[in-house]
Amino acid sequence: MKPRHKRFIAIAAALLALGGAVALVLNAFQSNLVFFFSPSQIASKEAPVGRSFRLGGLVQNGSVAREKDGVTVRFAVTDTAHTIQVVYRGILPDLFSEGKGVVAQGKLEPDGVFRAEQVLAKHDENYMPPEAAAALEKAHGGKKQ
Amino acid sequence: MAAINWFKFSSPHSFYPLAGRMMPWFLAASLLLSIVGLYVAFFVAPTDFQQGESYRIIFIHVPAAWMSMFIYLVMAGWAGAGLVFNTRLSGMMARALAPTGAMFTFLALWTGALWGKPTWGTWWVWDARLTSELILLFLYIGFLSLTAAIEDERRADRAGAVLALVGVVNIPIIYFSVVWWNTLHQGASVSLKSAPKMATTMLIGMLLMALAFWMYSIAAALLRVRSIIREREPRAAAEV
Repeated sequence: MKPRHKRFIAIAAALLALGGAVALVLNAFQSNLVFFFSPSQIASKEAPVGRSFRLGGLVQNGSVAREKDGVTVRFAVTDTAHTIQVVYRGILPDLFSEGKGVVAQGKLEPDGVFRAEQVLAKHDENYMPPEAAAALEKAHGGKKQ
Repeated sequence: MAAINWFKFSSPHSFYPLAGRMMPWFLAASLLLSIVGLYVAFFVAPTDFQQGESYRIIFIHVPAAWMSMFIYLVMAGWAGAGLVFNTRLSGMMARALAPTGAMFTFLALWTGALWGKPTWGTWWVWDARLTSELILLFLYIGFLSLTAAIEDERRADRAGAVLALVGVVNIPIIYFSVVWWNTLHQGASVSLKSAPKMATTMLIGMLLMALAFWMYSIAAALLRVRSIIREREPRAAAEV
């Protein structure tokens, strides 16, 4: 075996070992790398209790209601299986709308309502002109997504 | 046609004139492609149904993010080749690529922040995609500082190569972060496995910009490697 073959094997083995180690570490930290919890995960008590965390899902259609003071908003976040009620005081991002993705940071109150301190809009990876979006909606029989 | 002896070009002496001849072509291609790409991006591509005009930063953001990851892979490839074959040019190429890679990483992070504020409602979040891309910037900066800190150039190349190879594990983490974990960052719109999830003219604009960034990166790396050869092996550069 030529020296350069030996070096190649040594480097490849080192990289494999390193990759394996990183895979194990990432696997162990899996739960801490989660950016948000879904309503189903909260329902199955996977979310932390008494401490701030992020809730992610879709804003349920027809659930957004503004209170009289003008800054408090109530809405429901759903993953179609479970739904969590959210209350938030503040300015919502432009892309926040019913049926779209949302990530809210805050605490779960004992009464089951999620009190958000920050609300972020999570948009999807689809990009198209408005006419195409309208045509798609029509094709779906006018039902709301 | 006789087979090209590729190993011939692994010596700085023969690569120096070749790089000099190729550089202007890549630079011209990059200029041309960016002009066409930016024209498509601003005047041809339609407005997005959700984000309006603010989505147009995608034409810089996505190609920059692609380049930031791809240049790292190429840099690590050269670094690995340098360790295995012990060729002088490999280390020079790795060091010529690093500043361009760092620049594209910074550009991806910066345009991402500018895009995140109007769409998500925040400049920055510590989700897996954003954090791993920030780590990539630190890897580039680490590579640049480490190689700059060691006086003996050949030793600096080897030390940098080890760092570059170790950092390679970060690339799949960046790429698959949006698949493996819940992130605020959306998934990929363009991938090898499924049809692109964007309008065709938008996609064309983005691919043109990506090609322009490719050409620019090659031109910048060739220009930089020539300076490195001139600095380290003045005779290899002078004899031509």
